[in-house]
Amino acid sequence: MAEGVVLLDFWPSPFGMRVRIALAEKGIKYEYKEEDLRNKSALLLQMNPVHKKIPVLIHNGKPVCESLIQVQYIDEVWHHTSPLLPSHSYQRAIARFWADFVDKKIYELGRKIWTSKGEEQETAKKEFIESLKLLEGELGDKPYFGGENLGYVDVVLVPFYSWFYAYEKCGNFSIEAECPKLIAWAKRCLEKESVSKSLPDQEKVYDFVLQLKKLLGIE
Amino acid sequence: MAKSDVKVLGSWPSPYAMRPRIALNIKSVDYEYVEERVWEGKTELLLQSNPVHKKIPVLIHGDNPICESLNIVQYIDETWSSGPSILPSDPYEGAIARFWAAYLDEKWFPSIKSIAIAQGEDARKAAIAQVEEGLALLEEAFGKCSKGKPFFGGDQIGFLDIAFGSFLGWLRVTEKFNGMKLLSEAKTPALVNWADRFCSDAAVKDVMPDTEKLAEFGKMVIAKIRGAGAEIH
Repeated sequence: MAEGVVLLDFWPSPFGMRVRIALAEKGIKYEYKEEDLRNKSALLLQMNPVHKKIPVLIHNGKPVCESLIQVQYIDEVWHHTSPLLPSHSYQRAIARFWADFVDKKIYELGRKIWTSKGEEQETAKKEFIESLKLLEGELGDKPYFGGENLGYVDVVLVPFYSWFYAYEKCGNFSIEAECPKLIAWAKRCLEKESVSKSLPDQEKVYDFVLQLKKLLGIE
Repeated sequence: MAKSDVKVLGSWPSPYAMRPRIALNIKSVDYEYVEERVWEGKTELLLQSNPVHKKIPVLIHGDNPICESLNIVQYIDETWSSGPSILPSDPYEGAIARFWAAYLDEKWFPSIKSIAIAQGEDARKAAIAQVEEGLALLEEAFGKCSKGKPFFGGDQIGFLDIAFGSFLGWLRVTEKFNGMKLLSEAKTPALVNWADRFCSDAAVKDVMPDTEKLAEFGKMVIAKIRGAGAEIH
């Protein structure tokens, strides 16, 4: 398979969702391959020998790994349509800063919320909400982080929305109560087909998290 | 004296703070360097310029602060576009350079730090093995990226050279503290030569801290960590 685009992915992965959204925004046809992470394919191990993780984007037989790098790659190669990163260098730096912030905070804190209890969980919830509020500040009055259209930060952040219900149930709190603007933004993103077709149903993600908790022996 | 339009807030022992300076040197951009002695406390300027993370380095260009070292390097490359290119122009090569830079920051340098704070001989040996594994990967990557040329970036220092080269000071300190060579002619011959070329490059020479001075600083940091049980920045 030398030509075309292949995505090795796992349906609940927010990192995989980013790539699905980016490819959809650009109108790129690709082959989606679901990986069983307990039984990784030879192709995955060959294409990402360093981390052995999904998502892996394979373009004309060559692998690109790490979701932020993949989204930037897609934006550069298919630059003639639906640009995700702004054109001005300072705006680009701001977008990359917030994408990095999402990676450093949202995934780890979210994970702590569904895997921990008691004080550790309370601390994670507090920091999680603080991080979301900072993002709300960055969004301001714009419809999207990218301005009038979906941009890099939107693509990087919105996948986590599919995990919010799971975080809320596990952490016994309401994200919407604390961050209504962000929830409004997420729903606005979901009106776009590129997003709605790339994100799994929140209930499905919650079921997955419950199964994972059982598997990992977490109450 | 005219105030510079370009300022870098940095800290001399920080590998991350070296990166914007090397990039600005490559582009022949004049800048004002502000030393932040972050282990003694953070200045108002730093807290104002990077309120989210409160960390160096920060590039202040006119009124605009830019944070996160690799982000700053990309900004410098895009803003002073008439100078030599730092990121590869080919998107795939760019993706590879970014991949290894992320690997260095997220996996490799933390494994260097874990050698310093390892408790017991077994832990220390395991940490060293991890670092060496990473160097073997990077030796291979060098072959693929450089394609026979002197740097990861080709004829001149590029993004991945800056990302990796900025860690050479602490790599040498680690070798000194553990009485061993991590980069060696036997295992990583290409990287040994690359390291020498990198450190003697005009854009790097004045920014690379002296190994002895860094070692002294390292001793102080490790003592503090062993004492306080805190995380190294």
